Amino acid sequence: MNIDYSKEFEYLVKTYEKTGDDASPLMDSKYDSLVINQDRVLAKNETEGIKIETKKIKDGVSLKVYIKEGIVKPLPVHLCFGMLPREGKQVIKSEFFVGKKSKVKFISHCSFPNAKHIIHIMDSKVHIEDGAEMEYTETHYHSKEGGVETYPKLRGRIENGGRLKEEFKLVVGRVGLLKIDYEVEQLKKSICELDTKVYGKENDRIEIREALLLNGEYASGLAKSRVVLKDKSYGNVLGEVQGNAPYTRGHTDCQEIVYGENAVAYSTPNISVKNSLAKITHEASIGRIDKKEMETLMARGLNEEEAVDLIVKGILK
Amino acid sequence: MNTGYHQNVILEVKNLHSKVGDKEILKGVNLSIEKGEIRSIIGVNGTGKTTLAAIIMGLEGYNPSNGGIFFEGKDITNISLTERAKRGITLAWQSPARFEGITVREYLSIGASKNDVENFLKFVGLAPNLYLNRVVDEKLSGGERKRIELASVFSIRPKVVILDEPDSGIDMASIHAIINVIRKFKKMGTATLLITHNEEMAKIGDKVSLLCDGKVLKEGETEEVIKFFKQNCKICNHIGQIDEELLK
Repeated sequence: MNIDYSKEFEYLVKTYEKTGDDASPLMDSKYDSLVINQDRVLAKNETEGIKIETKKIKDGVSLKVYIKEGIVKPLPVHLCFGMLPREGKQVIKSEFFVGKKSKVKFISHCSFPNAKHIIHIMDSKVHIEDGAEMEYTETHYHSKEGGVETYPKLRGRIENGGRLKEEFKLVVGRVGLLKIDYEVEQLKKSICELDTKVYGKENDRIEIREALLLNGEYASGLAKSRVVLKDKSYGNVLGEVQGNAPYTRGHTDCQEIVYGENAVAYSTPNISVKNSLAKITHEASIGRIDKKEMETLMARGLNEEEAVDLIVKGILK
Repeated sequence: MNTGYHQNVILEVKNLHSKVGDKEILKGVNLSIEKGEIRSIIGVNGTGKTTLAAIIMGLEGYNPSNGGIFFEGKDITNISLTERAKRGITLAWQSPARFEGITVREYLSIGASKNDVENFLKFVGLAPNLYLNRVVDEKLSGGERKRIELASVFSIRPKVVILDEPDSGIDMASIHAIINVIRKFKKMGTATLLITHNEEMAKIGDKVSLLCDGKVLKEGETEEVIKFFKQNCKICNHIGQIDEELLK
């Protein structure tokens, strides 16, 4: 039976654009792409050097993405996940295999525009082979109801000389409940950067764990997070970096900004060194929105709410 | 209420008093600024110039304990900062704020169309292609940041602009550019309240008001007031009147 999913596709594309990004690559055969609504693959496009396997599982889709050895993808791979219904659950179990000396960038969007109560589980594994590079940016668009529970989980391993840059961004719409759990093991001379940006409002709850295990000589990593908490929202960030091998360099950097009487922020850097030649550092700050920045924007005619939004937009860019 | 409003007068400050704790900072300031006028407010450090600017703009924590501010004949003493800006008053700070992640293009689009941002930069003598995509953060030099601030001021086409020490901490080229911009404001009909402790900068004013110990000690023709300032104020105890003992 052929079912026409074009309307769902169209709707998802529209919400994708609400994040401010260009959705046209999803309809362009030059780009590798994958579009999933709930547990259905609506569209898939593969070009040379990439293989995307999908399989329906309970409440979602399991996918495996293979980048062939030595392939350098000149254009980003676009992924679009979402759920259009108001209630339900979506599980995306993904596994990325990035072959030796290959290079690829993924641009992923997760859209839940109508959510009243949706559970979204992203369970990812990433294998980056020797000298390979992967960049993954994930942008979320949620409804204003705050009814999304998001559980992004990443377990990664970067082989010798490999690189991973992962960026998670949830600044449009309400967060709801967000529990990020990222852990990356790094081998010799590998580089990793984890970067999370979240804007919590009303009674949103944000829990972030970013962990880097620097197990190979000269491995370096940065676990960075920027969280803005407004109204009664709650944020708790844990940045873990372990220097377990000689000459490893790691840093965890957490900045939280609290705006509102009842917002609550916690930040815990957890760093450790098991080799005397390793160097691991941390910085964490929790502060308010700068008064002079606010007043400067208000002196140009913005009201308080508009000024806060613009400042936050800059911080979380 | 009859405010004695004259139609050429755009901003009036009447008997303005202000306290910080028990200390009185402004002790009855009176000013009357006309449309398109450049009024230099000169005075040594600590005489209340920046407090005066903050109260006129309506910044948080700066409230008059007595007196009032009138804009186009209407009492604005108790209206918000945003509302004052919407009516046409704005302020450029001595040390402008830096913004993480906000580009010059976005910053200049706040009060205007994105299509005009190139013109705003040209207005202050900066090349749009070099600045539009830069971030308004600490990587800009002091002079660049101040010129971008003036471009932002220009973007909202204010009726009154308060410039707090626009020449402080910047290079000579930027000072000339800023003087040029102030003259352009005048041509647009925008009144400028130029707050400075530098008599050379104050000379571009149509009139000068000399502030001392929270009061306007002398007001009038530019050369006359600046001459008075140079002769009397730098060796004075700044007590709101000429310290005859010191002048002997």
